[in-house]
Amino acid sequence: MRTIAIKMLFGDTAKFYGILLGLSFATLLIAQQASIFVGLMSRTYALIEETPQADLWVTDPTMQFVDDTKPMQVTALQRVRSVDGVGWAVPLFKGLLVAKLPSGARQICDVVGVDDASLIGVPARMIKGDVSVLRKPDTIIIETRGARSRLAQPINPANPTGPKRPIEIGEELELNERRAVIGGIAETKPTFQNVPTIYTTYSRAIGFAPANRRTLSMILVKAAPGVSVTELRDRIARETELAVYTPDDFAWTTITYWMTQTGIPINFGIAIALGFLVGVAIAGQMFYNFTLDNLKYFGAMKAMGATTGRLLGLVALQGAVAGVLGLGLGLGVTSIVGLAIPGDKLAFKMTWHIPVIAAAAVIFIVVASSLFSMRRVVQLDPSEVFQG
Amino acid sequence: MSEPANSIVCNEVFKTFGVGDSMVRALRGVNLEVRFGEMMALVGPSGCGKTTLISILAGLLQRDEGELAVLGTDPSALSNHERTVWRGANVGFIFQQFNLIPQVSILENVAVPLLLRHHPKRDALDRAAKLLEEVGLKGRELTRPNKLSGGQQQRVAIARALVTGPRLLVCDEPTSALDGATGQKIMGLIRELTAAAERVVIVVTHDERIYHFADRIAHLDDGRVTHVSTPAEALAESAQRMGDAAKRH
Repeated sequence: MRTIAIKMLFGDTAKFYGILLGLSFATLLIAQQASIFVGLMSRTYALIEETPQADLWVTDPTMQFVDDTKPMQVTALQRVRSVDGVGWAVPLFKGLLVAKLPSGARQICDVVGVDDASLIGVPARMIKGDVSVLRKPDTIIIETRGARSRLAQPINPANPTGPKRPIEIGEELELNERRAVIGGIAETKPTFQNVPTIYTTYSRAIGFAPANRRTLSMILVKAAPGVSVTELRDRIARETELAVYTPDDFAWTTITYWMTQTGIPINFGIAIALGFLVGVAIAGQMFYNFTLDNLKYFGAMKAMGATTGRLLGLVALQGAVAGVLGLGLGLGVTSIVGLAIPGDKLAFKMTWHIPVIAAAAVIFIVVASSLFSMRRVVQLDPSEVFQG
Repeated sequence: MSEPANSIVCNEVFKTFGVGDSMVRALRGVNLEVRFGEMMALVGPSGCGKTTLISILAGLLQRDEGELAVLGTDPSALSNHERTVWRGANVGFIFQQFNLIPQVSILENVAVPLLLRHHPKRDALDRAAKLLEEVGLKGRELTRPNKLSGGQQQRVAIARALVTGPRLLVCDEPTSALDGATGQKIMGLIRELTAAAERVVIVVTHDERIYHFADRIAHLDDGRVTHVSTPAEALAESAQRMGDAAKRH
């Protein structure tokens, strides 16, 4: 009987495709918008993910998120290093600076200055060159997306608005009137600000930056062997009165800022809610109409000895099949869209939570519409089959 | 308990729908006896209570008052669930509009009553195929209902009604959607396939051309069985009525 119930669903082509379209479109909207939201949020803490060596991040207590740099006095580094249990502590500079490109154009860049000695904080995946180039004078490393896009240079210098080529190793930029030579190109995770990131040494970075008494953006800390990271975090915070985060805490602090201080979650929330409503409006209504159309057959089945429970089971099966197919199709299209559009064009990150959320939404739509449909089946009087 | 001689006994059966001003007395004391092996036609004007009576006999509705025994059971005394199970085991239905599921083959349509009772699929389909052969549709098993003529669809409905081997077959206007010749063939088929001593067939009809297939005709009017006649008597009465009407005009 289950096969017949499924054939009834598939056989009503117009309604079946309507239900499928409604459910898959709802899934697509929910999953895609949620994936873009998660993708955007994950970009806000890309720097933390790019620096896995650090157990702890020490910042000014007023700093609200990764890009909200509030420089500290350089003495903060010594204070942190003096805390018992610190294996090593290195400085990190982070700031937006205007770069003058070889073509003469200007571009805002995110400059990251890493510890001169250890180079901790430099991206691990070098596409061209080696991190050791930073030991050469005036050298910088840029990331590949920036090299291909915003730092790209016109093929014909006489036509600056014409076709462009990626900027290459050996070419020079100017940062705050100072020469910076590209020594390497690295692969990094996209950032929320979506401006080219330039890596150099800490001392060179503060040379590029406008003169300031406070230049230390963050301190990266590694716990000494055998020292508890959480205990060390609390100890540093207590002894230095600075903010100290584990990487996860720092990432969540950043996400929380964007979630609570911007309209981003509301915008995506509205889109996700619309997807849900589309699912309810189209798929729910179609499924209800499908059941109504088949009510006379259910009535005949009831007359022929089908219990109400048996008929409800068939309606539930039809709803479940439509739900699984709609969900699968919607997630499939979402994944294809996510894979097809390059990561630097679309912030897309489908974590395992997103299919679960989409599935929960589809289950709600299907269960709700099935319950409405089932109500009609329960109320169905089998004697109605004799009423023509 | 031994099987009663009559398969159906109705004694002063009443049925009322609605309350107050909207109350309709559909049955006002129906008395009727139908024997095993008999085909009984229920005839009468629209609104006389035919459909209500077969619904009660088939266990689709419950009587309000009176005594009722159908195949030795009073279906109105059973719970909803028990009546559903009783119907599935004992009653076959042939509907005016066939009620065949359009999205599945006629083989699956015929197997539906068995599958609803959790019968093994293979066996249900085998039995359905055998019934389709008996109604003359061998070779068309995988056809969808909408590819068949009205007469062929009613043959499928007959096969579906008989697939569970019911002892009571209830036919609601089985020829009303068919032309005269096809109606005769369908009734002949019903008569042929249901000719068994342990089975009873109730046919509701307005079609005088199929009276002769019935063993007896029960005439209903205003919620009561006014009298029971033979088909020949019923046709004679009908001719008399038509003659009287012609004279009046």
